[in-house]
Amino acid sequence: MAIAEATNEVITTADGVPLKVSLKKALWQRKKTALLLVAPLFLFVMITFLIPIFDMLLRSVDNSIVSEQFPSVVVEIRNWELNSTELPDEATFQALFKDFKAGAIEKTISRLGRRLNYEQSGMSSLFRKTARKIKKLETPESATETMIGLDKKWGKLDIWRLIKRESGKYTSSYYLSAVDAEKTSDGSYSMKDEDRRVYMTLFWRTIRLSTTITLLTIILGYPIAYLMATVKTKTSNMLIILVLLPFWTSLLVRTSAWIALLQKEGVINDILVAIGVLSDDGRLAMIHNETGTIIAMTHILLPFMILPLFSVMKTIPPSWVRAARSMGATPFTAFMRVYLPNTIAGIGAGGILVFILAIGYYITPALVGGTKGTLISNFIAHHISSSLNWGLAAALGAILLALVLILYILYDKVVGISNMRLG
Amino acid sequence: MALPIHASIGEHIWHYCFIAICVSVFFFLIFPILIIFPLSFNQQPYFSFTAEMLRLQPDAYTTKWYQEFFTSLNWQGAVKNSFIIAFFSTIISTFLGTLAALGLSRPDFPFKTTIMGLLISPMVVPLIISAAGMFFFYSRIGLQGTHVGVILAHSALATPFVVIVVTATLSGFDHSLTRAAASLGSPPTHTFFHVTVPLIIPGVISGALFAFITSFDEVVVVLFVGSYNQRTIPWQMFSGIREQISPTIMAVATILITMSVILLILLELLRRRNERLRGITPH
Repeated sequence: MAIAEATNEVITTADGVPLKVSLKKALWQRKKTALLLVAPLFLFVMITFLIPIFDMLLRSVDNSIVSEQFPSVVVEIRNWELNSTELPDEATFQALFKDFKAGAIEKTISRLGRRLNYEQSGMSSLFRKTARKIKKLETPESATETMIGLDKKWGKLDIWRLIKRESGKYTSSYYLSAVDAEKTSDGSYSMKDEDRRVYMTLFWRTIRLSTTITLLTIILGYPIAYLMATVKTKTSNMLIILVLLPFWTSLLVRTSAWIALLQKEGVINDILVAIGVLSDDGRLAMIHNETGTIIAMTHILLPFMILPLFSVMKTIPPSWVRAARSMGATPFTAFMRVYLPNTIAGIGAGGILVFILAIGYYITPALVGGTKGTLISNFIAHHISSSLNWGLAAALGAILLALVLILYILYDKVVGISNMRLG
Repeated sequence: MALPIHASIGEHIWHYCFIAICVSVFFFLIFPILIIFPLSFNQQPYFSFTAEMLRLQPDAYTTKWYQEFFTSLNWQGAVKNSFIIAFFSTIISTFLGTLAALGLSRPDFPFKTTIMGLLISPMVVPLIISAAGMFFFYSRIGLQGTHVGVILAHSALATPFVVIVVTATLSGFDHSLTRAAASLGSPPTHTFFHVTVPLIIPGVISGALFAFITSFDEVVVVLFVGSYNQRTIPWQMFSGIREQISPTIMAVATILITMSVILLILLELLRRRNERLRGITPH
C-alpha cells in the first residue's frame, strides 16, 4: 500500500505539470531549435546538391527512351523469346511500323537510334535510313515484308535480340560498358576483347597515377613537415606561409605555370639546352603525357599532405627521440622505431586526402595530360559535352563516386570527419 | 633543428643533406609561382623567356598584357561575373552555414554524424561528379546557363567550408557565457547578438573568406553549369589555355596571386585575433 502511494506521488513544477514531462518538453524544445537552425542548410544542400547527384545515379540505369519511342513494340515483344531462332510475329512488326512511323514524323526516333548505337554500331544509320523512307508509307498488309524491304537488317535476329534485351525500363548496359563488359546475344555476360577495353585501362591508370602522386607527396612532404615541426615557432610560421601560398593560389594559375615550365619551348628545357645537357632537338617531352600530369598534380596536392603531417608531428615531444637515443638507439633506429610510428596517423590522413582529391581531378589532367595523361574525370566530361552519351557518363561517375565514398569512410575511421580543420 | 655540439660527422653530413632536401622541396613549391611574374611582362606572345629578356633589355618587357586584361571585354565580363557570383554565393553559404553550425554545435543535437556527413558531402564528392549531376539536373529545371544556377551551385560547394570553420570556432566557445547572460536576465536574442556573435564573428568571417575563395577559384562546375554569359576568371583562363595561349593569362595570374597573398595575410590576422579572444575565455 505504502509503495503504491509513493509511486503515485509525482513531483510537479509550480504550475502543476509533472517535472518529468516538463523536462522532456524543455529538452525537446532545445532539440527543435537546433534542428530548425540546421534545417535551412539541409534543405538547400538537398535541393542544389544531393538530389542532382541522385538524379545522375538514376540516369545511369534509366532506359525509358526505349519504351517512350517504341511503346507498342515493347509490349508485343514480350511474347518473343530471346533465344528464339525465328523472327518475331507479324503483330510485332506491325507495332514496329506504327511506332517507327510516329517517331519518324515527330523526328524523335533518331534519339533511340543513337541510344541503341551504344550497344551495337550501325543502329544509328539503320534508324536514320529507315526513318527517311517510312514517312511516306501507308500501313501495309504485311509489315514484316515492308520493314525487311526497307532494310534487310530488320530481318536479322541480333537486332531483335538487342531490342528485346533493352525493352525494360532500366538497363545495366551503361555499367557494363563502363567496366568494358557486354551482353552477348544469348544474354550472358562477357568481357570485351583486350584491345577494346578502354575504361578498365582508364580506371587502372587513374588509380596508378593517383597512387604515384600520393607517394610522391609523402616523400616530398615528410621532410618539410618535419622541418616545420622542429624549428622555432617564428621560423615555422614563416615556412607555413610558404606552404600556404601555393595552397591559396588559383589552381589554374599553378597549372599554367607548369605549362610555362614544362613545355617543349619552356623554361626547364631552355635551361637544360643552355647548359648543354640536351641538344636543341632533343628537348624532353614533359607535358601532354603522364609525366606532366604527375608533376603538376604533385605540386598542387603537396600542401594537402604537408598540413596534416605537420599538425601530427607538432604533437610529438622531441624528448621521445632523445630518450631512444640515450638508451643507445642509432638515429636511424630512433627514427624508424619511435618517430615514424607516431606519424603514421598523419601519413594516413594526408595520404587518403591526397588520393581522394587526385582520383577525381579534372582540370589539371585536361590541360597538361594530353591523351596519355588523362584520368577518368576527363572521360566523364568528354561524354557529357562531346559524345553526349550521358548514361555512360553517369555510370562512370557513379563508379568513381563509390570509390571516393569508400575512401571517405576510411578517412573518417582514420581521422574523423569532425576533426577536419582548415587553414 | 640546431645540431647538438656532440654530433658526429655523419650526423653533420645528414643534417646538411636534410636542409638541402627541404630547400629543394620549397623551391619546387614556390618557383612555379614566382616564374609567372617575369613571364607576364613578356613582349613576345609566348609562355617562355626570350633571349632579350634574359639580357634584361628593357624593350623585351611590356605591360601590354595587363592593358589587354583591363580593356578586353572578355576579361572584364569575366571579372564582373566572378565577383557577382562569388559575392552572392558567399552571402548564401555564410548565412546558411553559420545557422547550421550554431545548431550542430548544440550538445544534444540528434543524428549529428549523419547530418554533418551529408552537409559536408559537397566538399568530398569529386568536382566532376558534382558538375555532372548539377549539369543534368539544372538543365532539366532550366537553371543551366543562368547566373542563378551558378550561384546556387557555388553556394552548395562553399557551405561545407563555412560549416567546418564556424563549428571549429564554436567548439572553443564557452557555453557558460550564454548561461551567465541568461542568469543576469538577458533574453536569448539579446544574448545571441551581444555575447555569441562578437565571439564567433572571426570564425564567421574566415568561413566567408573560404566560401568566397571557393567560388572565385572554382572552375569545373562553372564550366558545366555556366555558359559564356556566366564566364568567370577561371572559366576564361581555362578556355584561354586551351585555345590561344597568350601572356594575358600570366598577367591575370599575377593579379590573382597578389590577391591571394592579401587574403592570406587577412586570414592570418583573423586567426590571431580569434586566438587572442579565445585566450580570454576560460576553458
